[in-house]
Amino acid sequence: MQGLREMAPQAPGVAAWGLMTGVAMVKSGMGVFESVAMTLMVFAGSSQLAAIPLIVAGAPAWVILATAFCVNLRFVVFSLHLRPYLMHLPRWQRLVLGYLTADISYALFTRRFSQPSAQADQQTAQDAYLAGNDFLNWGSWMLASLLGIALANVIPTSWGLGFAGILCLLGIQCSLASSRMRILSSVVASVAAIAAYHLPLKLNIVVAIAAAVILCLTVERLRPQLLPLKPHTGPTAHE
Amino acid sequence: MSELNAFFSGADVWTLAVIAGMAVVTVVTRSFFFISSREWLLPHWAQRGLQYAPIAALSAVVVPEILMQQGLFISTWMDARWMAALVGVAAYFWRRSVLLTILAGMAAYLPLHLGLGW
Repeated sequence: MQGLREMAPQAPGVAAWGLMTGVAMVKSGMGVFESVAMTLMVFAGSSQLAAIPLIVAGAPAWVILATAFCVNLRFVVFSLHLRPYLMHLPRWQRLVLGYLTADISYALFTRRFSQPSAQADQQTAQDAYLAGNDFLNWGSWMLASLLGIALANVIPTSWGLGFAGILCLLGIQCSLASSRMRILSSVVASVAAIAAYHLPLKLNIVVAIAAAVILCLTVERLRPQLLPLKPHTGPTAHE
Repeated sequence: MSELNAFFSGADVWTLAVIAGMAVVTVVTRSFFFISSREWLLPHWAQRGLQYAPIAALSAVVVPEILMQQGLFISTWMDARWMAALVGVAAYFWRRSVLLTILAGMAAYLPLHLGLGW
């Protein structure tokens, strides 16, 4: 119950965001059926919005999936943090909870429980909190996204509401810009993606990610003093 | 019947397969370190790479969508997108809210785009 209650103030924000994602998906050129399928199955706003321009441009599947994977890599960091909280559960329950735990639930859960518990009743309380939180987040996101897809059909494309999706990704990008090295990664990737724009198959995305990550790792090796003492793995406000 | 056709139009097996693949990506990335019951760690370079890849991927998708027009770098300053993006970034760092980024950005974008045709 507490998980539901602490999620409740966040739910309108999640819903507004889901609504805009729904509208932006259709207005960026996705069919209604595909948008519904994507909403119900993928449940990751940022990777959905990042994949749509690539799908519309006819990029190969591996480029789209690699991009979705990279956008989602922040969840890999979260999963390392969540592991000790969840290992007492059977695998299928871990996978379900993992699938449903997006940014906001992760942030609220780890703020509420700073340490994983070893006692059975405490573990149950933690599991219940996370499940309740995930449920409300999932519900408000789904309802709002589907409503957005429905509304998108009555809004003319010429209004350019698809741009809301780009602004959404831009906001997440800002939330990730938590260290100088990450800002460097962002700048390098942006320049490389524009410079390599004419590569076929949207390969400019792959080139840009590779260039940014390799350059940042090289700088780390050559100039370790640029690193913050404690690496930023903190939550981002998203979904 | 025509409504049903409209609903399914444009849906093809390839796109649906990509969507299913993306759902698998969601499950794998969100559960990454607790899929296996055994304790294990990524090599150091991959752990460090995790710090930089997400923001690189977002930038690579987002920035060309803001600064390019029909495959070329924008040649005029009269473009609603970069102005709206600037407003959005300012709004983000003012209140640290992604929702506010979208709302402020669209509040700048729509009048310029619809009113002035930029």
